[in-house]
Amino acid sequence: MALTKFNYNSFDLTTAASKGLAFNSNANGFETSSAGSMTLIKTLTASSSSTLSFLNGSDSVVFDSTYPVYLFKYINVHPATNAATFTFQVDTGTNTNYNTTVTSTSFLSQHDEGDSATSLAYNAAKDQAQGTSFHVLSNEIGNGNDECGNGEIYFFNPSSTTFVKHWIARALSYQSDDYIQDRFFAGYFNTTTALTRVQFKMSSGNIDAGTIKLYGIKDS
Amino acid sequence: MALNKLKFNSLNVTPTAGKTVGFNSDADGLEATLSGGSMTFISKQTASSSSSLQFTSGIDSTYKEYLFIFTSLHFSDDACNFKFNFRDGGSNFDATKTSTTFKAHHDEADSTTALAYLNRDVANGTGDQTVAQNIGNANDESLVGYMHLFNPSSTTFVKHFMGQTQYYETNNYTETVYFAGYNNVTAAIDGVKFDASAGTIDSGTITLYGIN
Repeated sequence: MALTKFNYNSFDLTTAASKGLAFNSNANGFETSSAGSMTLIKTLTASSSSTLSFLNGSDSVVFDSTYPVYLFKYINVHPATNAATFTFQVDTGTNTNYNTTVTSTSFLSQHDEGDSATSLAYNAAKDQAQGTSFHVLSNEIGNGNDECGNGEIYFFNPSSTTFVKHWIARALSYQSDDYIQDRFFAGYFNTTTALTRVQFKMSSGNIDAGTIKLYGIKDS
Repeated sequence: MALNKLKFNSLNVTPTAGKTVGFNSDADGLEATLSGGSMTFISKQTASSSSSLQFTSGIDSTYKEYLFIFTSLHFSDDACNFKFNFRDGGSNFDATKTSTTFKAHHDEADSTTALAYLNRDVANGTGDQTVAQNIGNANDESLVGYMHLFNPSSTTFVKHFMGQTQYYETNNYTETVYFAGYNNVTAAIDGVKFDASAGTIDSGTITLYGIN
């Protein structure tokens, strides 16, 4: 017996390009639905990893003009080495030097568990002025079993060949001296070449554990 | 001959309002548990030597939170400011607001840094809210950022907003401005206008999203 296959026009609704099929708000009919504007592109999981890299066009990673805004979230990043700092850099084309020129701002709010110190201040030690080093995110993370770093970075229009590449980040750490550190960074990679890759690593030792997620944010 | 279209109750799944039909976790049946995600595109304004970019529809009670994202805004005039204002009924963008702003900056020559309160705040005024200043207009210089607007259709509460801009300042600084405030009105906010203190928004986009 031949199977009956239903086609796109078999359903009782008006079809719309790139939409899904959903029940309406009364659950008594069909309507089209959108997929949402924020799409998970890739998750990398550290396992004693020296680096974690997201390369456009490799291993399902998209980091090009598909999306105007990209968001990285790193969760429970745990260093092998005590007081290691979680860092990132970018590169262009097929280059793997990860030394793109960057100018950035850096300030932090912090407080220790002993309630003996608090501060809110600019932190010139963690910014860069046309530097090419890996940029600090979560600073001096403790490597105790329950200690880790979390945070996020937004990249705007990284594939532009006209503008510098702005980014905004916020980074938390269980600092090795038992502080909560809440760090705020923003800046630009001072290049008009399209960025194609982002790499994360610790300032020393491996990324023992943790995940990094890359999302794309649509504008249509 | 009349076409027989499949109705909502033709599928072997219990209909659930607003949910998408998908395959279950074993891929051996249908389920109605998928949703489109919590961040929904509403509209986008693309600048082209624009005196302003205005959102005059799509801001209502559909969502409790709205998000504007600024991408690669480039301005015609060097050292101009980027600003916005809200519409609380009528046609004017002049909602009364109180706000707070601060900035961090750092120059490429590494000679200056700052973290400081920024006197671009508004105290129960109806004027525009400036959220970036002295923006460069060279070919590779631009501004990015975002603004959240909370529950704009409320007729009970003031309307909070918060956001951040990041831009290439005209003197070769990277500068970022954090801002927050509230529209001190209980009328619904139904529009937002973005513009520059001088000249036009040469290019770039502002995209509006609803957040569930």
